[in-house]
Parts: sequence; structure tokens; C-alpha cells
Amino acid sequence: MRIRDRADLAGLHAAGQASLYPPVPRISVGMATCGLATGAAEVFDVLRTEAAARNLDIALVATGCIGYCQQEPLVDVQMPQGGRALYARVTPERARKMLAALAEGVLPAEGALGVMPDGTAAALPGVPGLDALPFYARQHKIILRNCGLIDPARIEEYMARGGYDALARALSDLAPQAVIDEITRAGLRGRGGGGFPTGRKWQICRDAPGTPKYVICNGDEGDPGAYMDRTVLESDPHSVIEGMIIAGYATGAQEGYLYIRDEYPLAVARASHAVAQAEEAGLLGPNILGSGFDFTLNVVRGAGAFVCGEETALIASIEGGLGEPRPKPPYPATHGLWGCPTIINNVKTWSSVSAIVARGADWYRSIGVENNTGTVVFSLVGKVANTGLVEVPLGLTLAEMIEGIGGGGLDGKTVKAVQTGGPSGGCLPASLFHLPIDYETLTAAGSIMGSGGMVVMDEDTCMVDVARYFLNFTMAESCGKCTPCREGTRFMHTLLTRIIEGRGTPDDLDLLEEVARWVKATALCGLGQTAPNPVISTLRYFRDEYEAHVTGKRCPAGVCRNLIRLVILPELCNGCGACQRECPAGAISGEPKQLHVIDPAVCTRCRLCYDVCPTHAVVIRAPELSEADAGVVR
Amino acid sequence: MVNLTVNGRPVTVPEGAHLLDAVQAAGARLPTLCYHPALAPYGACRLCMVTITAPRHALVASCAHPAEEGLVVETGAADAVAARQLALEFLLSRCPQSGTIRELAAEAGVTSSRFGEPAPEDADELCMLCGLCVRVCREAIGAAALAFIGRGATRRVGTPFDMHTDACIGCGACAEVCPTGAVCIEDRGSQRILHTWHTTVALHPCHGCGRYFAPQPMAFLTEMMPEVESLWTLCPECRMKQTGRQWIEQGPKTLPGTP
Repeated sequence: MRIRDRADLAGLHAAGQASLYPPVPRISVGMATCGLATGAAEVFDVLRTEAAARNLDIALVATGCIGYCQQEPLVDVQMPQGGRALYARVTPERARKMLAALAEGVLPAEGALGVMPDGTAAALPGVPGLDALPFYARQHKIILRNCGLIDPARIEEYMARGGYDALARALSDLAPQAVIDEITRAGLRGRGGGGFPTGRKWQICRDAPGTPKYVICNGDEGDPGAYMDRTVLESDPHSVIEGMIIAGYATGAQEGYLYIRDEYPLAVARASHAVAQAEEAGLLGPNILGSGFDFTLNVVRGAGAFVCGEETALIASIEGGLGEPRPKPPYPATHGLWGCPTIINNVKTWSSVSAIVARGADWYRSIGVENNTGTVVFSLVGKVANTGLVEVPLGLTLAEMIEGIGGGGLDGKTVKAVQTGGPSGGCLPASLFHLPIDYETLTAAGSIMGSGGMVVMDEDTCMVDVARYFLNFTMAESCGKCTPCREGTRFMHTLLTRIIEGRGTPDDLDLLEEVARWVKATALCGLGQTAPNPVISTLRYFRDEYEAHVTGKRCPAGVCRNLIRLVILPELCNGCGACQRECPAGAISGEPKQLHVIDPAVCTRCRLCYDVCPTHAVVIRAPELSEADAGVVR
Repeated sequence: MVNLTVNGRPVTVPEGAHLLDAVQAAGARLPTLCYHPALAPYGACRLCMVTITAPRHALVASCAHPAEEGLVVETGAADAVAARQLALEFLLSRCPQSGTIRELAAEAGVTSSRFGEPAPEDADELCMLCGLCVRVCREAIGAAALAFIGRGATRRVGTPFDMHTDACIGCGACAEVCPTGAVCIEDRGSQRILHTWHTTVALHPCHGCGRYFAPQPMAFLTEMMPEVESLWTLCPECRMKQTGRQWIEQGPKTLPGTP
């Protein structure tokens, strides 16, 4: 139906409430990419067919991601009489058992991770509230407010949770300038990582001469290990669309583009569907909500280059040109798409905008800290106990994030460092985990906020190897336009490879640092200017590891293949043969129940034997030295 | 007009100018490779780095940075000098056979590179990816026959699939603007062979001497601009001879363009 005014909106609001709280059990299966990757589709099918076979009346819904990706497939069961719980790692077999319980009119007991916040009525005995779990306790969901709770394909469910109220408020109660003032007063900063004040950007665009103006959503998320934007687009696309319409109204733009990387097919599909729904509802198109304001949105699929996440390259890509950055200034706010004033913001910024306009700047300012208001989303991954999508107020410390929400190191290992901001970020040591997460502090410490990747590293991680890993990425993704990024990243990668292979010299470290600082200072765009961050930060905080590689020719973490040797300790080997079976190179010999031996000439140092040995008889030692001299590296 | 200070000297440049214009107006010299006054700022080679010392501190590529009122620019600041030297050292490592790059490097005090030699198959590489050929073909000529291929370290310039392209009109602007002589074009008989672009275009003969001189695909120009008809019928030498003859026989006042 076409929504002409606020009364129509209220009608859909009621329809959404009925959909969210049906008179039958509502079973929501998390079917964002993370859920689908772990078998959510199969679980969904089992629930559908078995419920039909049992003649069980349920409302089965495919929702997005609720954040605890490690525990996928996640299923949220809500009883009409009030009980509601979240179930983790649901298998088809468990799904069948859940239906059996529902057939008896009770919440399933097995596998409940936590009781949902609004499901207190029939709380399961012994199951904690979801908000009490360490993973969720410190979280504050604004950007992810609807993710995993609504069916992203149903606009009315978004509306039932307050969606499009912000647009209605803006169009009927606020002048365009008042919308910008609200965003400015809220203190929102660009969640793509740059942290530029969003209100100021909009003001520049609004004041810029020239028409038409454009609004762009940057959904070209490309950092390894980061998937915040994907999740929002897959789980709650309307929150982004609403923010963009509001920005169009505020700045005088009548057309917008959602640029989504093509490697996110589900995000493209759900965003396209949401745009079509909004058009059908009259929330996009001419005369929105009877205000006289017109706005249209187009979905553009990204062309497969990391650099297209850089705003000027992204704009060139939409224009049909080569996705390469151009020098700034002039900035897109004055000279953007087709040379016209253009606002370009990240997915998470757009989702924040709709929340701010709905609830007001004062509410938003009360979250976070001075100059760093609101919340930020991280994808917490790596060697940490709890992984997933985490939204926290700015100002939380790294320790609260990693030790608290993340639950510390994986398998009880010690966390050594954390890398924020994707391949362009820096590695911060555990000694700095007391630092608060905000734009200025992270930058001063040598990292960046970035788009929200947070990779935790433990004692098994070699920091030189990490620096080379990220350089390998930026080197391959550099467009090659400017000399520093093209030649500099390649040379740094060559030098790091030399060091890792044990051919480095102490002079190499100085040269590495000199080149890294030059690339950072002189590269054309953000990709090149931040590409050296992993090198500079590891040289700053983990120089001892570099020195061990170049002077001692050893890798303290026992990672770099040329600098380690695997040895079986006779006193611990019980001759079980696990290492021999696992060894892909056939380097291990030994009779059953007898001592096994690794032939160093054949061994490829893949460390599989080290990982599988039940008695920890396989140890990593420095090469070429007597065992007494070298000692156990770790 | 925009007023700024370069190396302590006040200079005034027109609205829309860039810092490089101001630097040149101040009589200072900077190395450039990707800059061309006829093309839009590109900022790729990073040779023309200068330091803005007031009202803020910034290291910028002067060719692409707008000249702003009141900026104070130093071309000899230590960070700018070091940045230019490193860029040249890297380009020297990429194109050790390029005389242009060797000269620019030597002027900046760089005579050798710590960044290694090119791979044997690239030992004679002259292209340093300034993109002038690609840009002149697209922006100035409008043919867009050339483009960048690949990215990062494998980036290079070429025609689609490295094959003959009919989009090329054989004008030779690419070779004309190339600062390092990387574009190889040869006129052989009735053909112009653009070796670098795997492309051959037919040449049009001079009505005077019969020598082939003008690329046939550029014939459209005579329709667009009939006044250039004489450029099309006679080769430059025959035109020169004709002009000389006209001068001698009829006096200079009969020449076009004389008052």
C-alpha cells in the first residue's frame, strides 16, 4: 500500500506488530551470510517441512544476524504467551526436537543460549538472560538495533520497531537545516573510519552551489575479517535507506546511490528488495508522505576492487570510469558524483542517522564520550574466545572489548595484540589495552578506528608475518596510480619477505621504516596513506620480534618456516603415530609405540605434527643450533 | 586572483590555479612527470611534493593542490625534498634506462637506488605510469583508445586485449606527451605503425610531393573544420614551400593571418 501520511504509517506499524508478535510461536532463523554458512538454510527447511508434517501452526521467519556469529545457526523462539529464548548452534536434529517441545506448548529446554530481553514471562530455569552473557552485557545496539530481530524482507516489521518514524518526523516537523543541526548536535562522526563530523559534511554539501546533488551509501566493505556493513544491509536494509532519504531532504538531493560490493550477493538482493518495497510504499519516489519532497534510490553493484571503498574511486566507479581515486581537495561534498555536490557516508553512519532523527540528538549525545558520541560496530575476530559482531559505546576500553566481550584468548592462550581498522590499521600491544576506543586515541597510538575490523592475535602470532600478510593485501589491492603506493607497498612486501625468510639485516629495518613513513606521507589516497600502518605499528611495538628475525635469525612466535625446526622430544613421545599420519610431507618415521623422528631435510615446517601431538612431544626450536644452545623457542 | 607566498616570495595566480602554477610563478623549479597544462590534475607521480607551512602544515602534490589564498609554501623544506628524492629513487629503480628519470634524479641528488633492479624481462622498461598517454587520448583527443590494464605492481598501459584498435586515430599525441619516450611510433611507407599499441593506421599522401604523412582516420577533421583543408592536402614541408613561394611572388601581405 502507498503511504500518504502519518496515519497510513501507523496502519503499517500495527501490521508489523502483528507480524512480530503473532498468536502462534514465532521462530526466527538467523539467515544472514554467517548463518547460511553454518547451515541455517537446512535448519530453516527442516523447521518448515516438519512443522507442516506435524500440523503445527508456527510463524517461521528468516531474519538477519543477531551478532553472535560464532554460535550460528541461531534460532530465536518466541511463544505467544510471552516466553522467548535464543538457541545456539542449532542442527537439523535439534530443530526437530525443538518442534516436539513446541507441539507440547513449551519452550525447548535444550541448547538455549539465553532468554531474550522481552521474554521474561516464561523464563527457562537455569538459562541466563541474553543481556547477562559477557558477549552481550556491554553492548549497546543502535546501528544493529533491528538486526536478527526483524524479517529484513518485511518493511512493516521495520516500521513496527519505529522505522520510518524519523523520516516522518523530519519531513513534517523539521526544516532541512534543522535536520542538519540535529545531526551536528548529536556529534555523529563518519563510521567508515575517517571520523569526519557528519553534520559538517552535510552542511558543506547543502551550502555548495550547483544542482543536482547526490547522496551515496558506501557499502563497498572490503577489509579482511570485517563484515559489519554486510550484516546491516542483509539484516536491516531499511535503516540505511531511511537515513539516506533524510539526508536527501536535509541537503536538497533528490537522488541517491547504494554502492554495494558485488561479493555480497545477499546484501545486494536484500537492499534491492527493500528499495522496491520503499518505492511501493511511497517512501521513495515523488511527494514522499505528502511533503512535496521527491527522492529516488539506485542500487549499484561494486566492481570488485578494495580501492573502490575510497570515496573518489567509488564515485568514479558509479560514473562508469576506472575505479581509481583522484586528488582531494576538492572533496565530494562540493565536487562529487558527475562533478556535483555529493554526500557519501558509510552504511553504519546511515543507520545511525535514522536512529538519531527518531530519538533526538540529546539521547545520542548521552551515549559514548565527549567528541566521540554514540556507538561503533566491530567485527571481533581472530584468536579470541567469543567472535561476532559487537556494538559498543565509544570510549569503552580495548580490554573491556577483548577480555570482557571477547572472553580473552582462545583456548586459554595469552592475547598479544589487537589490530583495528582492517589492513590499514595498526597492531596495538596488550600493554595498551587500557586505552579507550575512540578516533583520536587509536590514531595517536598508531592505529585507526577504520571501518570496524578488530582482529585479536595471541602468542602464536608472529607480528612480522602479520605485517607482511596485510601488506600482501594492500599491495595486491593498490590501484597502482601513484608511485608511493604502487612501488612502496611492493618494496615493503619484498623486504618483509626477506626478513621472514631469514635473509634480513638490521639495516633493512631502518630502510623499511623510511619507506613506510614516505608512503604514509605522500600517497595519493587513503589506501596508500594507511597501508604502511601495520608495518609502522609493529616496528614501534614489536621491534624485538623484528630484531630476533634479522639478528638472531629466529622467529619468537615459531611461525616463520625458514626460522624454525620441529623436533620430537624422546622423553615425551609415546609413539602413537598421530604426527606420522598427519604429516603431508612424509617426513616422520617411527614404529608404533616407538620414538618417532622428523627428518629436517623433508620437513616443510607446516606444524601439523605440533598441532596434533597429544603429549606435546613436538616442539618448535630455532634452526641450525644445538638443542642446548637454542632452547625451546616456546 | 589568489595571493600566496612561495619560498618567501609573494605571488599571485588566477582563480582555479594550482600550487605548481604558483611555484613556477615564483621562479622555483620542481620535477614533474605526470603533469601537463592541457590536462586535468592527476597527482600520480608524486614528484612535485611541496610543504605548506602555514596556516597549517601539510606535504602535498603541488600539481593537484588548489592554490588557496594566504598559503605559505616551501619547495625546499626537508620533508618535501626527502619525499621527492624517494619518489625519484623508486622511479630510478623501475626505469633505470630512462634518461629523463636519470636526469631528474641526478638534479635531486639521487644517482643510485636502494630498491633493486627491475626483473630481467623489464630491464628496458621506460614507462613509469604517469598516464599522460591515456589521459591525452581520452581528455584532449577524445579517442580513448588507451587505458590502464591491471592494478598495483602489474599496472600497465595498453589497448583492449593488447590488439589492434580501431579507436586509435594514429594522431601520435601519446608519443608526443610521453616524458620518457616509452611510446614507439614509426611511419613506414603508407602506414603508421604504433608499435606500443599493436596498431597500424593508413596514411594519407601529400598532394604536393606524394609523401604519406597524415593518418587517414583523421580525415573527419576536414569535415568538422573545413578551414584545415590545406593542412590535409599538403604535408608540412610542402606547406612551408608554398608559403615561401607565395611570399616571394606576391608579398607577405597576401599571407593568411597578416593584417
